[in-house]
Amino acid sequence: MINALGIPQHILLLGGTSDIALAIAETYAAQAPNLTVTLAARSGDRRDAAVQQLSAKGCTVSAVDFEALDTASHGALIAGIDGDIDLAIVAFGLLGDPEEAWTDVEVARELAEVNYVGAVTTGVALAARIRTQGHGVIVALSSVAGERPRRSNFVYGSTKAGFDAFYTGLGEALRELGGRVLVVRPGFVKSKMTDGLDPAPLATTPEAVAEAVVAAVRDGKEQIWVPGTMRVVMSGLRHVPRVIFRRLPV
Amino acid sequence: MARPTDVEALRDELKTVGERGLITRGLGRSYGDPAQNAGGTVLDLTDWDTILDVDTAAPNVRVQAGISLDRLLRALLPLGLWLPVVPGTRQVTVGGAIAADVHGKNHHVDGSFGNHVSEFDILLASGDIVTAAPDGDNAELFWATVGGMGLTGVVLEATIQLKEVETSYFVVDTDRTANLSQMLTALETGDDDYTYSVAWFDTATTGDSLGRGVIMRGNTASREALDPDQRRAALEFAAPQRGRVPFELPVGLVNRFSAKAFNALWYAKSPRHRTDEIQDITQFFHPLDIVGDWNRVYGPKGFCQYQFVVPFGEEAAFTTIVETIAQSDHVSSLNVLKRFGPGNRAPLSFPISGWTLAVDLPVRAGLDALLNHLDQLVLAAGGRIYLAKDSRISAATFAQMYPRLDEFRASRARFDPTHTFRSDLSRRLDL
Ligand SMILES: Cc1cc2nc3c(=O)[nH]c(=O)nc-3n(C[C@H](O)[C@H](O)[C@H](O)COP(=O)(O)OP(=O)(O)OC[C@H]3O[C@@H](n4cnc5c(N)ncnc54)[C@H](O)[C@@H]3O)c2cc1C
Repeated sequence: MINALGIPQHILLLGGTSDIALAIAETYAAQAPNLTVTLAARSGDRRDAAVQQLSAKGCTVSAVDFEALDTASHGALIAGIDGDIDLAIVAFGLLGDPEEAWTDVEVARELAEVNYVGAVTTGVALAARIRTQGHGVIVALSSVAGERPRRSNFVYGSTKAGFDAFYTGLGEALRELGGRVLVVRPGFVKSKMTDGLDPAPLATTPEAVAEAVVAAVRDGKEQIWVPGTMRVVMSGLRHVPRVIFRRLPV
Repeated sequence: MARPTDVEALRDELKTVGERGLITRGLGRSYGDPAQNAGGTVLDLTDWDTILDVDTAAPNVRVQAGISLDRLLRALLPLGLWLPVVPGTRQVTVGGAIAADVHGKNHHVDGSFGNHVSEFDILLASGDIVTAAPDGDNAELFWATVGGMGLTGVVLEATIQLKEVETSYFVVDTDRTANLSQMLTALETGDDDYTYSVAWFDTATTGDSLGRGVIMRGNTASREALDPDQRRAALEFAAPQRGRVPFELPVGLVNRFSAKAFNALWYAKSPRHRTDEIQDITQFFHPLDIVGDWNRVYGPKGFCQYQFVVPFGEEAAFTTIVETIAQSDHVSSLNVLKRFGPGNRAPLSFPISGWTLAVDLPVRAGLDALLNHLDQLVLAAGGRIYLAKDSRISAATFAQMYPRLDEFRASRARFDPTHTFRSDLSRRLDL
């Protein structure tokens, strides 16, 4: 259960090597001695390192093989995880090279399948768990890029737009069944995924996203922007006419 | 939520129970999750509220387990009878009182609720109804159920031994103490002269006045002690509700400063020393009912109760715990201190001889770290926390605090091998 102070006993990380997912798990680990974590990720050095990292923080960690593209496996995989899943973090995703993404079919398809199709199949599988458990929180890592896709990375933006709409709707569907979805819309996060890119304005860190997520889960929120000021910026940007929007340095 | 009204319907619930199991619920006055069962069935037993028999000679009463202590007291008082143990709220059921083995202000004299139950009928997972008493063939079932948080079966009926009283009033002495050590000494030396004893203290002041407080102690009043007016209605249930908090105050109103002010005000308004004051049930037993819905002043996010006990001899640890709370930036307004007498035979019953303190902390960032720290201090002192008020301790720490947990698990395995009875609490703490 997520206890009265908003702290879960068992967390599932989907995309278990994501910097943000690991930062969230670490933030909980600091508050919850005996946290159990299931890391769903591709096997390999990065996953081993993540297991190490969380074990060192006192977590009981187990790893399961998860491949976002193998959408047919997601139902059985999530149904097979032992014990109640109190909190699931959907954190897998590709950023891709934006110019390749709209010019190369294969690159575009992979981005769409991982970021959107895989997110939908895992979301449906998580929802089935929550329906039987009668409780559970899904933290869905969306992006401000989905709110108003830009020329510079619109394929990524479009997958996140779909992702965001799906998880927002899932939250509505699960509400009466004891479940909750927190949609998280970070701005530019300095992490492995964005290594080598120039940070955008209002860039944030995995640790800051983690702090915000933990507070939002405690407070029962359904959507947050990180940093919080992004919310205002995005609500402004959404209404900027296209001719002007295309000239903005965003 | 199921509301079966007869035994057959109850048995049907047992037969059709799903994978997430079933748990009985009384009036839901536990602070945490013992009467919740996400994804499973919750059995509301509050329609089972008949008084079956009153034996004024014994004296005892036979009731259905869903009856509230409030209703029961109102029915018993005119007969000059009184419940042996009444917790800080009367809105709990007999079933809930057995399952949490609740304590009152008289634990140091009379022990907990389970000590006064002479027998009960319990519906087991098998569908059988068994009569259990403190001694005899079903003693194991009896003591696993007392304090067993509903995990052994559904208590259907119980017989409770009663006390005889002449009036519904109390003769009360009040004393103010300047600090914690004065308070502990006063409780140690004076408590045995009173059936009921409780102390409230300020957890917001530090230094020399750390733990300054007010001790309220009393005995049931005889007819002679009352004035003529009161005597005319000596056995009337005098429990007026004196006002309510009409709406939820905005969060933030109860902040460190207002809570501190509340602490200071309560202390200042209490008499330094006053004896033989006649008080009614509400004034003495449930002073917070004076502001009904007291919890609303904390705003919609609510608060977290934390109640622990540490054995006598651990006064230094106790003082450290109070200091830790006072020095944190979390302020509790409601701090209730008591001395417990010896515990009973129930493996999960909370009370053990020692000092118990309950605090009420508004939920906000950092509270978990403070409470985790307190858990460790309590554990190191050989103490434990109260399940009826817990909503956050970890399974591992809990197991260390209750050395007889395995005994309870063995009984549970014996009476409910497939764990038909389950709750969010039982899953959280792996009971
Ligand atoms: C303001 C306030 C003050 C309090 N003060 C005190 C105090 O001074 N001392 C104290 O000890 N406690 C105190 N409590 C806690 C309270 O007494 C217990 O939580 C009590 O168990 C609540 O009873 P309930 O009928 O509401 O039970 P619930 O909260 O509904 O259920 C509690 C447990 O009892 C089980 N249960 C209920 N009925 C049955 C049944 N028929 N058969 C089997 N199991 C059953 C449930 O499964 C659950 O595990 C206080 C609570 C409040 C809100």
